[in-house]
Amino acid sequence: MAITESILSIVLAEAEKRDATRVKTVKIEVGELTNIVGDCVKFYFELMSKDTLASGAEVEIAEVPLQAKCPLCGKVKRVENLDFICECGTGMKIIAGKELAISAIEIE
Amino acid sequence: MEIKLQQNILASNNKIAADLRKIFEDKGIYVINLMASPGAGKTSFILQTIENLKNDLNIAVIEGDIASKVDAEKVREHGVTTIQINTGGACHLDANMIRGTLGFLNLDETDLIIIENVGNLVCPAEFDLGETVKMVILSVPEGDDKPLKYPRIFIESEVLVLNKIDLLDYTDFDINRLKGTVNNLNPDINIFEISCKSADGIDSWISWLKDKIRKHLKS
Ligand SMILES: [Zn+2]
Repeated sequence: MAITESILSIVLAEAEKRDATRVKTVKIEVGELTNIVGDCVKFYFELMSKDTLASGAEVEIAEVPLQAKCPLCGKVKRVENLDFICECGTGMKIIAGKELAISAIEIE
Repeated sequence: MEIKLQQNILASNNKIAADLRKIFEDKGIYVINLMASPGAGKTSFILQTIENLKNDLNIAVIEGDIASKVDAEKVREHGVTTIQINTGGACHLDANMIRGTLGFLNLDETDLIIIENVGNLVCPAEFDLGETVKMVILSVPEGDDKPLKYPRIFIESEVLVLNKIDLLDYTDFDINRLKGTVNNLNPDINIFEISCKSADGIDSWISWLKDKIRKHLKS
């Protein structure tokens, strides 16, 4: 809910700044490791955006896969089954998969 | 017309958290963000910690709760400053809520703040509160597979407290399996095995914390 609130306020601020008459689409990038449930965000967004420029806007959610990098050998891999151990035996650091961002909006 | 934004949704929370962290650092206050499922023993753990430290340190507790104030009253009975935040339904605390409590604290005379986050392993992990350390409590009855279901919180935490080890003999909880999973997710995590009921293991947690606070005050 707090997340949807801040999505809406960012979107509205941006739309107003550009004198939009309506927001058509909101594109969101969500890391695989975030706990955001796409359907919940869509549901709350529809509810909270009533009577605003973003009323009726379509929320598109793209998931960013979890990736990690080895601090020792530099290898980068897509993390599957939460296996963060590199081929060389070292624990890897997350480099992607924690995103929570509005990548773009479409306005009229 | 499409407008590219790349705007972090949590940017405003993170900005407030950074301001808070600066305040806490300037005042030399060590701040714990304590997260766990409901029933894992957060309040008992806080009470144990208070009992062991209250003669040496000025402690304040911020209690996050969806609606009730039961925990805050229990803590207040132990003679420390306790501030209650009711989140009004939200499943986690955010930095703005913590900022709202600062006016009720004497920051110049506080050494340690323990924030009891809302009981939930999912959402609290996403929100920076300006804390010095994030901690998670897992209790034996919850099972050793929890980190696989909720990896984020175990990745973000610097400390894992395994509580209710007095129940190990009555369950199929496998400590080695837990440690294997958690160390894979987060090789730097510090694990303490304790029982708030029998006070087993509390000493080693307290001495770790004292050491951290001492170093923090010096820096
Ligand atoms: Zn490697």
